[in-house]
Amino acid sequence: MTMRDISGNRGRGLMRTIDWTLVVSYLILVLVGWTNIYASVHSSEPASIFDFSCRSGKQFVWIMTSIVIAAVILFLINPRIYEGLSLPIYLVTIGLLVAVIFLGIEVKGSRSWFGFGPIRFQPAEISKISTSLMLATVMSQLGYKISKFRDFVITALIILVPMAIIVLQSETGSALVYVGFIFMLYREGLSGWLIFMVGMAILLFILTLTASPYTAILVLTGIASLCICLYSGRFKKWLFFGIPAIAFFALLPEGMEMLAETVAKPDASGAASTADAWTAFVSAINPLYILLVAIFIATPFAILQAFRERNRFTYLALISTVAGIALVFSADFIFNKVLQDHQRKRIEVLLGMKEDPAGVGYNVNQSMIAIGSGGLTGKGYLNGTQTTYGFVPEQSTDFIFCTIGEEWGFVGSTAVILLYVFMIWRIIRSAEHSRESFTRIYGYCVACCIFMHLFINIGMTIGLMPVIGIPLPFISYGGSSLWAFTAMLFIFIALDRNERKYF
Amino acid sequence: MKLNRKNRLLIGLCTAAAILVARLFSIQIIEDKYKTDASNNSMVYSLIYPTRGIIHDRNGKILVGNKVSYDLMVTPKEVEEFDTLALASILEVTPDFIREKMNEYRRNRRKIGYQSVVMIKQMDPKTYMRFAELAYKFPGFRGQARSIREYPFNAGGNLLGYVSEVNAQYLKDHSDEYRAGDYAGMTGIEAAREKDLRGEKGYNIWLRNSRNKIESRYRDGELDKEAIPGDDITTTIDAELQHYGQMLMNNKVGSLVAIEPSTGDILTMVSSPGIDVDMLADFGQHYNEILSNPYKPMFNRAVQAPYPPGSVFKLVNGLIGLQEGVFTPQTRYPCSMGYHFGKSKLGCHAHKSPIDFEESIMMSCNAYYCYVLRAILENGKYGSIDEAMDKWKEYVMSFGFGQKLGSDFPSELGGFIPDSKYYNRYYRKGGWKATTVISLSIGQGEIGCTPLHLANLCATMANRGFYYIPHIIKDSENVSIDPKYKERRYTMVDTVHFSKVIDGMYRAVNSGFGSGGTASIAAVKGLDICGKTGTAQNPHGHDHSVFICFAPKDNPKIAVAAYVENGGFGATWAAPIASLLTEMYLNGEIGEDRKALEARMLEGNLLDRVKTSK
Repeated sequence: MTMRDISGNRGRGLMRTIDWTLVVSYLILVLVGWTNIYASVHSSEPASIFDFSCRSGKQFVWIMTSIVIAAVILFLINPRIYEGLSLPIYLVTIGLLVAVIFLGIEVKGSRSWFGFGPIRFQPAEISKISTSLMLATVMSQLGYKISKFRDFVITALIILVPMAIIVLQSETGSALVYVGFIFMLYREGLSGWLIFMVGMAILLFILTLTASPYTAILVLTGIASLCICLYSGRFKKWLFFGIPAIAFFALLPEGMEMLAETVAKPDASGAASTADAWTAFVSAINPLYILLVAIFIATPFAILQAFRERNRFTYLALISTVAGIALVFSADFIFNKVLQDHQRKRIEVLLGMKEDPAGVGYNVNQSMIAIGSGGLTGKGYLNGTQTTYGFVPEQSTDFIFCTIGEEWGFVGSTAVILLYVFMIWRIIRSAEHSRESFTRIYGYCVACCIFMHLFINIGMTIGLMPVIGIPLPFISYGGSSLWAFTAMLFIFIALDRNERKYF
Repeated sequence: MKLNRKNRLLIGLCTAAAILVARLFSIQIIEDKYKTDASNNSMVYSLIYPTRGIIHDRNGKILVGNKVSYDLMVTPKEVEEFDTLALASILEVTPDFIREKMNEYRRNRRKIGYQSVVMIKQMDPKTYMRFAELAYKFPGFRGQARSIREYPFNAGGNLLGYVSEVNAQYLKDHSDEYRAGDYAGMTGIEAAREKDLRGEKGYNIWLRNSRNKIESRYRDGELDKEAIPGDDITTTIDAELQHYGQMLMNNKVGSLVAIEPSTGDILTMVSSPGIDVDMLADFGQHYNEILSNPYKPMFNRAVQAPYPPGSVFKLVNGLIGLQEGVFTPQTRYPCSMGYHFGKSKLGCHAHKSPIDFEESIMMSCNAYYCYVLRAILENGKYGSIDEAMDKWKEYVMSFGFGQKLGSDFPSELGGFIPDSKYYNRYYRKGGWKATTVISLSIGQGEIGCTPLHLANLCATMANRGFYYIPHIIKDSENVSIDPKYKERRYTMVDTVHFSKVIDGMYRAVNSGFGSGGTASIAAVKGLDICGKTGTAQNPHGHDHSVFICFAPKDNPKIAVAAYVENGGFGATWAAPIASLLTEMYLNGEIGEDRKALEARMLEGNLLDRVKTSK
């Protein structure tokens, strides 16, 4: 070590500059994955954990090769080359993503895998790395500003192109991970309102489908008016007028129904015709129209006020509200026409619109039973029972968290989540400390990807998210995913090390 | 702490993690819904196996149905001390059998865990009822209902195929869909339509108390999954006809295939000797017996045996010659007990000479087709014999020969039709001429085709130039067949040429004894059967008897091919059998005048003639 310091002119020594905390967390997660993969397969095919014919044995091979990959990245590749190579890497990945649609093998209805005999790999896994590198390269250029239209479009394209191709491979789940880059963009100066709007759009979409367009529009106007009032310092006014108005409209549909019923009932004897006409009249008026009319009347007052106070914010809020209403009306259309059948079903089950424990909801139900039955401390390693008959599907890949939840209980699963959080926090911290924006941006990309995988995957197994088949980083069975995440993480560790070398 | 963007993101991260942890807290600790009790083993899944789809014949008769049987399941972890002798007497097994099994479970207890294993398969309901009455004495033992196959008709053993428990290899190949203990169709229709027939498994979830006793339904069965029965299937088979065909082929080795020409429906497909349906239901027990049968009943000759077609193939050569214009129906060729070339001769039987095309079919003259094939192969239109040969192959293949027809029946084989490359390899280029391959003219030599090919040829003749791919599944409520089975496939020979050939086939059957027609024995009054005999030379023993026929001549309803190994002349066995089948299908009975013939066929035994490799 000291020899290197003197002769190599390489700054501080290797061993001291590597972020060992990160490496150790990585190793723990990989180990957790390996042992739990064994737990998930051992009941159906009992064998040694090293038995290469079963998944735990194979995972051992993937882990060993991953460590080799990590070592190569840390010790052999000069981290300086990434910046220069990111464009070619990005282009090659795009090429692979396109090629796999035509040349790939079909696995469960989507063409996203290349198969070379027994070895399979998914270009979408690499694409996360190359997109991150590309983003880091572009965004760390001198003079780059995300608020500049041109820069924003380029950045968006870098993310959207691979995302779109992956959607074409019918791997919507993998594409969803790219949404996570928005957090990195936020860190790099993207307007927070944009994230707010995206969040609102998702909320409206869900409300439209689960409740009704009426509820969605009511919530939208409520939030919009709150924002306007907050901005112009009229919060108290909003409390006094806004809340009663919202409450009134919230109760309106039920009230109208009751009204129609009470009038129709008692007149069983004589004036049936007038009662019928009344019922018809009341039920012909959709409460939605009343609400829309109310909004329509209120809008000019808001505009007038904004004009007086030269308040640009109100205009924007109003435009957004109109856009939101348009979204609500088109949500139904999108849901029924644009989404594919299986996606629609998954969303329906997730949103509780359809109880379906035997069909699409089956996986989630089984997985929640497995996790729920773990209790506080779990059933103990290799003692899981819900797994015995293989009722939880994809148990060693996408649903590996079931095994953890069942056998290690709340304590174990929380520990795993906390370890991920620690890892992400550690990456963000190092990223913030780095002097080169390339390293910082890349670090945030890594953190975003791990976060998205973590949240979507675990959320899926506990019924918070729709069933989206993406692996749990470092833990799920599978060489392609483990290699990709290892490479992604260790490129960051190498970049980070490079910074620490001299400072 | 500053509320900069980094920290906001970190707060978001913590919130997201908190959401996950809160949800985990709720489902793992608060909610009872997903809880299990102190023993932590309390949910037990018991599988419900679906009933398999029923297989109907074309008229709605049930070919394959289901009946209930019971498997005796043991959950070793739940077994307490019990009276071995009593259990043995109830189950009608030896006490040693039970002791041995229990020891085996003890040895594998780690592997078995809390699972149940099958101790006795397919108990009959009577035994099960006896057990059920006393089951309370034997904790850990229970019966599991399971539907097994039942065959109301003794028809189509090979055709239907058998269902059995999946073995290790099968599990490996279908790891996603099957688990140990599942049943699957292994051969025949059961295998071909496995996806439709199998249905979907369901399960009940039970709660088990801390002493491993099953107590009640988990959440009142809310999360149970019902088994979905398999889809029913309608086959094109006519059960009665299939049964009759099997009787006719009894004690003979060979095949009998009947097709409805206007649809390509396979009405009957007999491979003899076949597997009795009684054996199918419990295939495992009869497996060795079937395997050691020297006549190989598992081998489905109808779609797998590559036979030389014999004289039946003359029809094809004649049609090709007419289409190529190398001769006309009026062309007469001489025959002096055969065709002479150089010092060699291809023999023929005694008949008048010279004869025209129709008569050549009627009398099945060998020499005539030697002239025809030579004319085809030495046609000046083509630059070389190689080219002419390949053209000939192209024609032959357009009749469906030399390739898998693409039937929905599994394990179909393609047979073989040679081309110039084949002979060039064999004799070197230029080392062979028309006379070298002259035996092709009469369907001998390097030709292999299955009885299904021959039946298809017959259907093509009946349709005057096209066929539908023969198939065995019909459209029904739940199952629709591939549209390719509804497409006409035209041969490369024009329809006009078929009428002369069919006239010849008509005369072969209906000219009366003494006229020289080879298949007079197949004539049935009023049915206008058209047929062609074949006698395929067999260097290993008696010649094979071949016959194809369709009827009636106009608007044909059935096309039959019969292939009887070692049966001698086509007219001896194949022609009577095929014509009887035709008669039965069209008339529903056998005429008085043909009863004697029928009896002879039903009783005939040719098994001694067949050489078996033992």
